[in-house]
Amino acid sequence: MTDLVAERYRLAFRLYPYARSPDQDAPAPARHKVIIAGGGPIGLATALDLGRRGVPVVLLDDHEGAGLGSRALCFAKRTLEICDRLGAAGPMLDKGVQWNVGKVFHDDRLLYEFNLLPEGGHAFPAFINLQQPWFEKFLHDAILAAQAEGAPIELRGRNRVDAVTPSADHVTLDIMTPDGPYQLQADWLIACDGARSPLRGMLGLSFDGRVFEDNFLIADVKMKADFPTERWFWFEPHFKSGDSALLHKQPDDIWRIDFQLGWNIDRAKELEPANIRARVDAMLGPDVAYELDWCSIYTFQCRRMDRFRHGRVLFAGDSAHQVSPFGARGANSGIQDVDNLAWKLALVLDGTAPDSLLDSYDAERVHGADENILNSTRATDFITPKTPVSKLFRNAVLTLAEHLPFARTVVNSGRLSLPCTYDGSALNGPDHPDMPPRTRPGSPCPDAPLAGGWLLPHLGRGFTLLSINQTVPDSLSAHGLTVPRLALDATPEIAARYLGNAKGAVYLIRPDQHVAARWDHFDESAIAAALARAIGKV
Amino acid sequence: MLITAPNLTRPDETYERLIAIHDGLTEAESHALNARLVLILMNHIGDHQVLDQALRLARDPSRAPD
Repeated sequence: MTDLVAERYRLAFRLYPYARSPDQDAPAPARHKVIIAGGGPIGLATALDLGRRGVPVVLLDDHEGAGLGSRALCFAKRTLEICDRLGAAGPMLDKGVQWNVGKVFHDDRLLYEFNLLPEGGHAFPAFINLQQPWFEKFLHDAILAAQAEGAPIELRGRNRVDAVTPSADHVTLDIMTPDGPYQLQADWLIACDGARSPLRGMLGLSFDGRVFEDNFLIADVKMKADFPTERWFWFEPHFKSGDSALLHKQPDDIWRIDFQLGWNIDRAKELEPANIRARVDAMLGPDVAYELDWCSIYTFQCRRMDRFRHGRVLFAGDSAHQVSPFGARGANSGIQDVDNLAWKLALVLDGTAPDSLLDSYDAERVHGADENILNSTRATDFITPKTPVSKLFRNAVLTLAEHLPFARTVVNSGRLSLPCTYDGSALNGPDHPDMPPRTRPGSPCPDAPLAGGWLLPHLGRGFTLLSINQTVPDSLSAHGLTVPRLALDATPEIAARYLGNAKGAVYLIRPDQHVAARWDHFDESAIAAALARAIGKV
Repeated sequence: MLITAPNLTRPDETYERLIAIHDGLTEAESHALNARLVLILMNHIGDHQVLDQALRLARDPSRAPD
């Protein structure tokens, strides 16, 4: 084994072993439509979404599969809905742990417990816990299935991007492999290469914002203990590990324990097994038998790039934005990036939409990142008060929360990830005042039961016209697109989520299952205008 | 709209209770009580805009709320 492409971490699953490509022997750099740099959850999902839309993609990663360690762990309902659109959600749901009950402690006192009890009438639960390598493996399984059906996806392991040269209408990449270097060109490059994004560095782009730093010791513990499947969160835990601690169930009898350690720590010392065991023993008590499965110290900062689009280079996931772990807003927001980007790039590549549609990816996902950073920063400030007076108020809230439900609404151990609504987006068309706010233009469509299934699987291949109590033609053609109509019965869920006080409704739904515009009657020219707006032709 | 005109039904008695409720507390305990009191009253008021006016007025009593 050569070390031209050095291994930086151990693998949980070897998914795409290095194989020499004919491109490596080409006399001139081979040109591809889309190259994705990075084979983590965001890169894999991007390849899958584009490939299923018929866009040829080449994914490059300097490893050959999913890295070891549970890492992202908490996957939200919207992520599962997107993965379902990508044909990957079933095994995630089967393997993942569903949870609804959370308990909040201060020191050694239970303050209260809550039940996430999701609203009825949705195919997917509020959250599952699933180790990141399994999430990646299930995405990869879906890629194999898509490839078998002809999706033009190619994964190249041990292909490390060493340099990038942007041009007006393409980028050139210098790539290192175990067989030595070669070059590729791409019309579009999507950088999904993580929080430390080498590509961001090569392009000299900044990664600014409010910097907040902390260290988390993640200890994955395997035990047969009789803990319930609940999320337990401690403020100032009695076992004196730091400002906060979290206990969470994973599949395979593994428990995730997060210890917040603070900023000034001796990393090597904290990672010594004896020191980790001392913390875990203090938390679980002396009589609990366990083994350490995987441990890591995780450092985060809350920040984002100024822009996620730089000419022909698009950044998605942690390479573009990073948040604290409170609220499970990292991988979940990255999957929303993919959801937003793939259909736009597909329409630009086939000439249906102008290049400027991709600027709306930047605008909408910067909006999403700011929302996540705001929520994550507020949680961080609550969990680690920055001044004596903020600590005074924080502890007053915790004291009151033990007795008074109102104070529990202020307790912030992370506001769990919800999908972003693109309020104010240039792609949004007309709204209707009689319809529910939750489905206003920019919103992700809430799921609902239909006869024999669910609503969302009917949405997302392209644009869709959704009609309720309105006569609408089978399809509408405009601006190079044919938009099929989906007629819905006004069941209680559909009425509550889509009709409100209106007697009928016509919705234009984007390929990412977000609402583009809505009316109370069918008006072909208004819909065509909204369609033009939604593909950036305005 | 934040009420800044006189509104206490029994000003002297209420103020006396405010002082007396701190009897026997250390300074730290009194600060904690005040913090809890602020939170309880904030919840009673509820409205974000009114609270925002109150907070700004507390910071600078010379500036009447907009």
